[in-house]
Amino acid sequence: MTSLATGPSGEALGEGAETVLVVPGMHCAGCMAKVERELASVPGVFSARVNLTARQVTIVHDPVLATPALIEPLGRIGFPAQPRNDEIAPPASAVKPLLAPLAVAGFAAMNVMLLSVSIWSGADGATREIFHWLSALIGVPAIVYSGRVFFSSAWGALKHGRTNMDVPISIGVILATALSLYETATGGHDAWFDGTLMLLLFLLAGRALDASMRDRARAGVDSLLRQAASGALVVTSGGAMEWLAAKDLVPGMLMRVAAGERLAADGAIVTGESRFDNSLLTGESVPVAVGVGGEVHAGTLNLDAPVDVKVTAAGQGTTLAEIARLMGAAGQARSRYVRIADRAARLYAPAVHTLAALSFAGWMIAGAGLHQSLVIAIAVLIITCPCALGLAVPVAQVVACGALMRAGVMVKDGSALERLAAVDRALLDKTGTLTMGRPLPDPAVLDGLSPDEAAVALALASHSAHPLSRALVEALTARGVRAAELADVTEEPGQGVRALWNGAPAALRRPQLATGMAATLDIAGRPAWLIPFGDRLRPEARAALAEIRSLGIEPSILSGDNAAAVADIALATGMAGQAAADPAAKRDAILRLQAAGHNVLMVGDGLNDGPALAAANASIAPGTASDVGRQAADVVFLGESLTAIPCAIRAARRTLTVVRQNFGLAIAYNLIAVPLAIAGLVTPLIAAAAMSLSSLIVIANSLRLASAARGATK
Amino acid sequence: MTGLAMLIPLALGMGLIGLGGFFWALKSGQFDDCEGAAARILIDEEGDELP
Repeated sequence: MTSLATGPSGEALGEGAETVLVVPGMHCAGCMAKVERELASVPGVFSARVNLTARQVTIVHDPVLATPALIEPLGRIGFPAQPRNDEIAPPASAVKPLLAPLAVAGFAAMNVMLLSVSIWSGADGATREIFHWLSALIGVPAIVYSGRVFFSSAWGALKHGRTNMDVPISIGVILATALSLYETATGGHDAWFDGTLMLLLFLLAGRALDASMRDRARAGVDSLLRQAASGALVVTSGGAMEWLAAKDLVPGMLMRVAAGERLAADGAIVTGESRFDNSLLTGESVPVAVGVGGEVHAGTLNLDAPVDVKVTAAGQGTTLAEIARLMGAAGQARSRYVRIADRAARLYAPAVHTLAALSFAGWMIAGAGLHQSLVIAIAVLIITCPCALGLAVPVAQVVACGALMRAGVMVKDGSALERLAAVDRALLDKTGTLTMGRPLPDPAVLDGLSPDEAAVALALASHSAHPLSRALVEALTARGVRAAELADVTEEPGQGVRALWNGAPAALRRPQLATGMAATLDIAGRPAWLIPFGDRLRPEARAALAEIRSLGIEPSILSGDNAAAVADIALATGMAGQAAADPAAKRDAILRLQAAGHNVLMVGDGLNDGPALAAANASIAPGTASDVGRQAADVVFLGESLTAIPCAIRAARRTLTVVRQNFGLAIAYNLIAVPLAIAGLVTPLIAAAAMSLSSLIVIANSLRLASAARGATK
Repeated sequence: MTGLAMLIPLALGMGLIGLGGFFWALKSGQFDDCEGAAARILIDEEGDELP
């Protein structure tokens, strides 16, 4: 019920206030029931209703109940919730405005068709006249209402001196309606209301399908986007702690940043020291140690210990905002792109209109009356009205996107598929794209741990929020390890976790002499284990790169990391690479390739990839990417495997092939039907039959794409 | 002819009722959460926990 939503803080609404919370963790009926029941049991809550599509819950409650009092019970049952971030406005649904016109066109087309069938079967005289008037009564308002979608789009294009598919559609529909009205008023033999309405119905159906696919993909991406908490715990002058959103931070404030938390603003460390993971910002994979006085940036992750940071720049002043500015200027290749349907319309519309004008002139010269020549010219327009052409592109793209979505690849819109199909160079970011982008424990060492050692390690790690501990918990749980029972667990920030296991001390701690990232597992009476952590290549990375090459696309690395780290990955994957590229350098690398005539695919995840993702002809980001990465990319894949990239490219190319076939079919249909229309042989019955048949053939051909992603994922 | 005079308005009226129903459903937000509506049928409402 987003239409009823008020602000995140709640606003008086009759007897209760309404608050909308985002709960990204809801996935099924069970989750919905738990969330609704838990909230309903909170005193002061009148009602709670989940919207699963938007992953939101709308709560009507007593105005005295504050938002934290609603978030807390949800957190207790395992559903972290946040007030809705109104800055990232929920995208307007694309399909909703089309539903009502679609329903009206469907209703009118069916009823008018019923009346038309009896006219075609021979209704005559007064009956025919009444039926024509009835058709007009139903048809004209319906055409005006349902046709607005096309009229306004066509008008928008014409105003800017351009033309698109909607221009010939609108001209055909308006002329056919005018002619039918004239025929009805003068008691003529043929009216074309049925064909006109059917045309609108088919075209609206194609468009609604296209929009619903886009809505679903966007909903997926947006529920990822809205998870990111951007804010900081601020120490106020009185020593009290207060959580402030990133936009409310101002220079001079003191932020307390816990280990494992991301910074919300640029600043300098006042007390404490820690290591920071800059990979999201720069691509650099090795954590940087920063002490008192050192500079830290928004978007970086605090790894070891809590620190107090004095804000030096917030909001528009941060490195983050600088990247956003670069991105804004980078989207030229995208905005210059003309969709394939509009390119077809540029050729098609003038051809059709010339043809109609010529047949009008031809029949006038041949001596037919003004009325008959006009009827024939309009029949040409109706028969060529791009019903099949209008469906040729969206149906193919909807089917392909649906197939890709089932394979875990979300395509943001149809034009992304068209651009992806044309790609001939691929640039891949290293950290987080080719690699997992987070430290993972060395599997060889985990293999060496005895079962009870692994159980102790898991139990110790589960008591810490440190990123290394969390990675260890994840890896051990995935191996089926159960946690051992511990007593007296204590965590010393930045040092490790200690506890008693069967009366003997055990610890998971920071190694005394560590060069890279590692943890030591120390159990009294046993030799200590050193567990090294490192970033690893994504699964099947080599296979995926080989597949990309086999598609005729040359991949290479474009990373912000240091040369040594890039060289390791370049060796492991057999690709050339550019290292130490900052966001502007990445964008420039792409612009250079584009200037050399290449169509570039950028695959990246970090903030530093944002400008490059926006500049490239097409872009792909993993689902684990930063907000900026996911927003800038055309395609987001959810799994861990890189094979999603060749899968998406292959599906895009197959879609393009089917779209071309559809155009071929539509043209073949016109080659048969247009001479009939020019010869004056087309009646409303033939027009209706020809239009449905050509549309059905195009839809059937597009449905072959249902397996587009299946073949590629294997 | 008299049959037609009755049946055509009847058919159109029934169609209009359906169309009106669809518009009402669209207005009252029944298409806002299709995924949730599909999942809701699986919720067990035991006792009087839910209204």
